[in-house]
Amino acid sequence: MQNSKVLLPFLFSVSVALAGQSCATRTTSMSSNPLQGKLVLTGSSTVAPLVAEIAKRYETQRSGVRIDVQSGGSSRGITDARQGVADIGMVSRSLKPEEKDLQAFEIAKDGVSLILNKNNPVSQLSDAQIVSLYTKKITNWKEVGGQDAPITVVNKAEGRSTLELFAQYFKLDTKAIKADVVIGENEQAIKTVAGNPNAIGYVSIGSAEFDAKNGGSVKLLPINGIAASTANVSNQTFPIARRLNLVTKTTPTGLTKDFIEFARSKAVTDIVKEQYFVSVAQ
Amino acid sequence: MFQWRSEVVFVGVLRGLALLSGLIVLLILFFLLQESLSFLQTIGFLRFFKDPAWHPVSREYNLLPMLWGSLLVTAGSVLLATPLGILSAVFCQYYAPAAIAQGYRRLIELLAGIPSVVYGFWGLVVLVPLIGRLHPPGPSLLAGILILSIMILPTIALVADASFTAVPPEYLRGAAALGLGRWATVSGVVLPAAKAGLMTGVILETGRAIGETMAVLMVCGNVVQVPESLFAPVRTLTANIALEMAYAVGNHRAALFVSGLVLMGLVVGLVAIAEVIHQEQIYD
Amino acid sequence: MTKLAVLNKVFPMRWRGSMETFMTLLIWSVACFVVGVLLWLLSDLIWHGMGQISWTFLTTAPQKAGRAGGIAPILVSTALIVGVCLATAIPLGVGTAILLVEFSPQHSLFGRLVRLSLEVLAGVPSIVFGLFGNAFFSKTLGLGFSILAGGLTLACMVLPILIRATQEGLRAVPNDYRRSAAALGLSRTATLWVLLLPAAMPGLSVGILLGLGRAIAETAALIFTSGSVDRMPESLLDSGRALSVHIFDLAMNISGGEANAYASALLLILSLMVINAIISGLAHWFRDSRIQVI
Repeated sequence: MQNSKVLLPFLFSVSVALAGQSCATRTTSMSSNPLQGKLVLTGSSTVAPLVAEIAKRYETQRSGVRIDVQSGGSSRGITDARQGVADIGMVSRSLKPEEKDLQAFEIAKDGVSLILNKNNPVSQLSDAQIVSLYTKKITNWKEVGGQDAPITVVNKAEGRSTLELFAQYFKLDTKAIKADVVIGENEQAIKTVAGNPNAIGYVSIGSAEFDAKNGGSVKLLPINGIAASTANVSNQTFPIARRLNLVTKTTPTGLTKDFIEFARSKAVTDIVKEQYFVSVAQ
Repeated sequence: MFQWRSEVVFVGVLRGLALLSGLIVLLILFFLLQESLSFLQTIGFLRFFKDPAWHPVSREYNLLPMLWGSLLVTAGSVLLATPLGILSAVFCQYYAPAAIAQGYRRLIELLAGIPSVVYGFWGLVVLVPLIGRLHPPGPSLLAGILILSIMILPTIALVADASFTAVPPEYLRGAAALGLGRWATVSGVVLPAAKAGLMTGVILETGRAIGETMAVLMVCGNVVQVPESLFAPVRTLTANIALEMAYAVGNHRAALFVSGLVLMGLVVGLVAIAEVIHQEQIYD
Repeated sequence: MTKLAVLNKVFPMRWRGSMETFMTLLIWSVACFVVGVLLWLLSDLIWHGMGQISWTFLTTAPQKAGRAGGIAPILVSTALIVGVCLATAIPLGVGTAILLVEFSPQHSLFGRLVRLSLEVLAGVPSIVFGLFGNAFFSKTLGLGFSILAGGLTLACMVLPILIRATQEGLRAVPNDYRRSAAALGLSRTATLWVLLLPAAMPGLSVGILLGLGRAIAETAALIFTSGSVDRMPESLLDSGRALSVHIFDLAMNISGGEANAYASALLLILSLMVINAIISGLAHWFRDSRIQVI
């Protein structure tokens, strides 16, 4: 009978105590040492997993540092860095002219590659064919040398920098693209193409190469005869490439500067490669 | 005297709690409006229904296809899940032996707890390719309806089960005394007696279906269009927010908050319908 | 009994027998169908996920963006988020339900308004809770991306479920109980503690169960509130990645994250089974012990 009378206040006090305690830890973590404290990074979902790994290594090497990585999109990285919500924004493209108030630091390179199901006999498409596919001027694989099956066009949702890069390279108006499936993240595109032998999509080369090399059911299409691979992004022959950037509002100092330098250094080259991106460390 | 005072304090505290609970909806509305009002005032509400398409980056904001998407997916799944859910509960209460019923209940509760992400994941890997083989492309209105049906089934089943439990046992004894069969008892006595509870269940599941985001996002294809068939892809209002929110800035973001408002409008409409049904029941 | 008369007209006696058989068959097949779908789903998860689960998986941090390593910090974050959610929602919800059922006349304006607003709240889509939580808890209250913001957002979300179930539970208590208690000279508050609440426990436990299920399963509302940092949280103001957000990220954003996504999903379901069992056990124990007190 005592139980329930005690229970509710108990739950309350526990939550209050926890909250209070958390406030206490918060204040102590604000140290005067410039290389201690907390960094918040937000932005591109392509860059986030990479930076999260880099941050973990960084934390093990510098005690008293905590780095929070939130994934969103490149535009969120830009906005948050501008508004000061984040110390550093993550952006998976070069800065646009109207974004030149920010400073960008390239940490890796990536490409965008078209992917087909492994069971699709088509192994090459010209740029013009790809444009026709994505504008539904060609709707059957037999028109481009494949089986007699309707083409499922997988497109990315509006606002994604992968879409912008793709449309920019093929000189497509994003409004002119007629898709059968619209997806959000890279892996969703890979799963959609893996599950549908007649689908075509485009994703970050890193994700596609990882899947293809680990027994997945997608294959990467060459562009203009150049094989889609991180190697070809690295030697700058692959045409649809982009920079993965960290951006800050002002010239970085202290912890921010130290972290950006660390992320661009050779100390993280193995992490970059592990995520199938191209390292830019000198 | 002391007891009376403590009761006043107690009821006062309860009142405060209830007030807080009641205010949450207003808070939500306030924040949705705060984020979208200035944008709404500059372009007007009608643009969201009259624009040629949804291309927020190019300043076109037609929400209508997504509104249809939400409505069709919801209607389909509610039509499918309601009979299945109610019959499930009937099975538990009146058909299954006690042990099986208990096990079945546990299963349904389990079904209720499976995260929508898992359903979506499973739908994407298993269901969508199956539908794709039947009729390409695969991600479609149908896939959404099927996944949602499984997801909202526990809601109606559990609520129906609870409301059957609340049917006074005398009713059942009376039916037994009249020599009614099981189904005749269920359809003639139990279902009418539990009508209010079942209605609650249907409203709850409809709300959940309209609001479901992640699973729908993963299996529906997300093409902004009014679907021509069950096999055509659709994008729902919720999926639209989830897909574009993280990437939206400025007016695009405000437009998504307007979709949030439209969703709230749908919910309020639903509640109004429920109220009307409820009123009619009282005077029945 | 008008329904019965109608029934007699629609299904004459001689059809009744076959109707009964048909419905029995139908209901059993519906049950089998539901079980079948669930088993299909579960076996798929077990098949792909079981191999990954081990003590190390539970006690180590994720590595390589979640492709390798375990999920320890994610389990802690999930528990904290759900803890904050329930610690807020249970007192609020139970209090509101008691007021609505026991202390507020059926047609009082206040009761009606609160009821109406809860009906609306119950239908608010989780993604809208996400928008709201982000705008209110994270930005306006300055909680940022944090476990506290996520938990409080979830509390708003599960509140109507909890209230409704508690209400159902309280309403199921026969009025005779209340009258007998009044006749014994018990105050309404005392009646509530010793009689009504224990009797309403099954309803409340279903509510907690449904609420917990929804809270644990929630992704959309958490992405914009508690965020996606996959490290051990140090306080409630740190961002923490919930298990479902982890599954979403692994499934949708990380190539090769599938195996760990399956394992995490399986784990989520297993923990839910345990919670289910505990709560239903508790509800029975609670009711039994109370009635003895009386």
